[in-house]
Amino acid sequence: MTAILNMSRRNVIAGMTGLVLGFHVGSRKIPFADAATPTIFSPNVYLAIDETGLVTIVAHRSEMGTGIRTGLPMVLADELEADWTRVKVVQAQGDAKYGDQNTDGSRSTWQFYEPMRVAGASARQMLETAAARKWGVHPRDCRARNHMVVHIPTGRQLAFGDVAKVAATLEVPPADHLDLTFKPASERRYVGKPMPIVDLHDIVRGKATFGIDVVLPGMKYASIERCPVYGGKVATFDTSEALKVSGVERVVAIPATPIPSGFNPLGGIAVIASNTWAAQQGRQKLKITWDFGPNANHDSGAYRTELEATAKQPGRVVRNQGNVDTALATASHRVAADYFVPYYSHAPMEVPNAVANVVADRCEIWTPTQFPQAARTTVAEVLGLRLEQVTVNVTLLGGAFGRKSKPDYVAEAALLSREIGAPVKLTWTREDDVRHDYYHAICAQHLEAGLDADGRATAWLHRTVFPAIESTFQPDVTYGSAGELQQGVTDMPYAIANVRCENGPAANHVRIGWYRSVYNIPHAFAVCSFADELAHAAGKDPVEHLRQLLGDPRKLDFAATNVNYPNYGASLDLYPVDTSRLRSVLDLVVQNSEWGQPLPPRHGRGVAVHRSFLSYVAVIAEVAVGNDGAVTIPRVDVAVDCGLVVNPDRVRAQFEGAVIMAISNTLYSSISLKRGRIEQSNFGDYQVARTDIAPQTHVHFVESNAPPGGVGEPGVPPTAPAICNAIFAATGKRIRALPINPDDLKANNARTKT
Amino acid sequence: MTTLRLNGTQREIDADPQTPLLWTIRDIVGLTGTKFGCGIGACGACTVHMDGQAIRSCITTLADASGHDIVTIEGLSPDGTHPVQRAWEANNVPQCGYCQPGQIMQAAALLKQNPKPSDQEIVDAMTGNICRCGTYQRIRAAIKSATENAK
Repeated sequence: MTAILNMSRRNVIAGMTGLVLGFHVGSRKIPFADAATPTIFSPNVYLAIDETGLVTIVAHRSEMGTGIRTGLPMVLADELEADWTRVKVVQAQGDAKYGDQNTDGSRSTWQFYEPMRVAGASARQMLETAAARKWGVHPRDCRARNHMVVHIPTGRQLAFGDVAKVAATLEVPPADHLDLTFKPASERRYVGKPMPIVDLHDIVRGKATFGIDVVLPGMKYASIERCPVYGGKVATFDTSEALKVSGVERVVAIPATPIPSGFNPLGGIAVIASNTWAAQQGRQKLKITWDFGPNANHDSGAYRTELEATAKQPGRVVRNQGNVDTALATASHRVAADYFVPYYSHAPMEVPNAVANVVADRCEIWTPTQFPQAARTTVAEVLGLRLEQVTVNVTLLGGAFGRKSKPDYVAEAALLSREIGAPVKLTWTREDDVRHDYYHAICAQHLEAGLDADGRATAWLHRTVFPAIESTFQPDVTYGSAGELQQGVTDMPYAIANVRCENGPAANHVRIGWYRSVYNIPHAFAVCSFADELAHAAGKDPVEHLRQLLGDPRKLDFAATNVNYPNYGASLDLYPVDTSRLRSVLDLVVQNSEWGQPLPPRHGRGVAVHRSFLSYVAVIAEVAVGNDGAVTIPRVDVAVDCGLVVNPDRVRAQFEGAVIMAISNTLYSSISLKRGRIEQSNFGDYQVARTDIAPQTHVHFVESNAPPGGVGEPGVPPTAPAICNAIFAATGKRIRALPINPDDLKANNARTKT
Repeated sequence: MTTLRLNGTQREIDADPQTPLLWTIRDIVGLTGTKFGCGIGACGACTVHMDGQAIRSCITTLADASGHDIVTIEGLSPDGTHPVQRAWEANNVPQCGYCQPGQIMQAAALLKQNPKPSDQEIVDAMTGNICRCGTYQRIRAAIKSATENAK
């Protein structure tokens, strides 16, 4: 917040130059510098108002489908009292002056709600003061109203454009300025109202500009053959046949980065051609021999067995309270289960791609990236340039889900453009995307619980084993970080006296990366499934049992259990882990679903509740399982407490979409490796959810004035266990490994309860 | 040279006739509304109309498209107000928006052939089109509302 306001006015206006020259996503033309854009009032890096009254708001977070390019500008426009029809949203380039631009972790709204309000409110106050100066009246009698400033006693009005010039001469109020007032909630024009996204019109006409759509004059097209094994490199290559393909112009070798390769290119052989197809055809004619490197024997089946064996052994203790061993030894009844989640690939519909143009000692990039600043840093590093010599223009992202946080593909394009001395568009194929992703971590878990004579849980042991994301960046990383273990392990919310959570070591053999909701996927699957197992072991209704497990309302005390809990980067004072909010979403979803109502045979409902990314979500899924084992999901109810909701329709859409992604994870998707090679290649063998499986999802909000939490990811984690718990209710078959194998659910198999 | 009738305009295309229609449209003609998603006809992002039928332009060659009427998202209606496009806006269907031109072209072809599809017919027609954001229920609702608006 202070970062945006404690700047001298001159610096701020100088900074705006870059802003008004910025790449306008949605424009059909690539705007090179257009210095004529008149902007006279720009009190911070997010806002500019010109003499016509046009309000330009900078979206500095990346738009990958969450609606953030609309949501954060709504917050600013609302506090500014701007007329939304006279607001233009422009996309920021990658630049530290905007603050954090890494659009992941479901952080955009909770991190930037307040800075956007401050930016809007301080500018509004300056416009009111400017109007007061023009009229020679006291500013307290002037109020901004829908793009005008009104002098309340007389009703006189001045348009924003008419006071912008005077406003530009005023000091920007400091962040702690006492007069900086926010509009009362009752006067909000946009926040809390369903607003269409700013790109809607262009999208449905095929006119929205994604990275893959960017065209530069004289641009060449590239496709890269990479080693099928992570960590391998080119031994020999022969380009003669490739160069004979019509349209192919050059073949360029990109050196491999030693592993772990982080954000840097994997290396390979690139074919440069006059169009994408020719580049792909030329690539097929390359003759390459590879040195496959240390991962050439990685077999995900054998690796799974290793992880599962590790999960059976004591690990590093990451949470400890009471005495689990004693409590388990003295329990009336013990329950144990092992859970498994495979590698997943992000598979955004728009494959990784980038356009790069290196001219002399400068590089300009156009790309769909979640992390423009890292793209800039990585390109500067691989080209040996200074940061200010690299410009990163951010286009719309055709899906991302964490994949486009990693700018390896941007660096590839930059290297190719420098090598050939022309603009290059690099487009990955779908096979490249599936085989060279930063995969969601494979994970094995072992859980044990002890129950007393009344079926109440007295002991909880949770062991998790997975390759850590840090292993993509640092050698010899085998344990999970606090940030990974907070995702459904150390924040286990049930009121159980004796709890021990452990993490076992796992060596890594592929690139591991963030994938929508990350380690919450395996952990919520295990924890919420195991809770259901305990309900059945105790002979209780799963909802009643969950209420009992959640216990009396309380905030988790991490200090008392020696837990390092990063809380997704947020303050625990502002965003405690509050079990009363888990309870209220559970109650809300039960009220709004048909929990307890009779269902036909082989139909069932399942429930799960989970906090992630500072938001609380409960899911009830209804499934039907055919005699052939085929699962259908007619209905899903989702109750959400994500604090203040900025754009309700887009938040609703995020939860609808999260359910679909979770269905892909639960029913279809899995990445496996043999001899270090990914076995899947495209949507034929890497299956994702299609409309035939898509349920009607009903999203229910807890009305809340709590600070906003995340919404992009929190819908994913509880959905898989809710579906699997429903399958248990329908068939008596407990799912402990994803994705589900329908053969396990055939009617004759399902008769015996596991 | 291969002749291509695209969005009502006849063009002479200087490319290998085996070039997929998708890359012809995107890289050679320069219309980018039609998207690449898989290259094997498995996701529907590249859907265009050939003589009114929805086809996958990534597995249709320029030679095969020659002599037929090809329509892309840019040519679906002169001003972007085809009933399906209006229904998409009214239902706020898109999230990232990348697959939506293909979804829209698929839905428009469905409604042309079957103006009052049943729920199951909608599912059957749309199952070839992947939306990784998961906008499926909005897509189905939009198609329903487009059939009602068209009455």
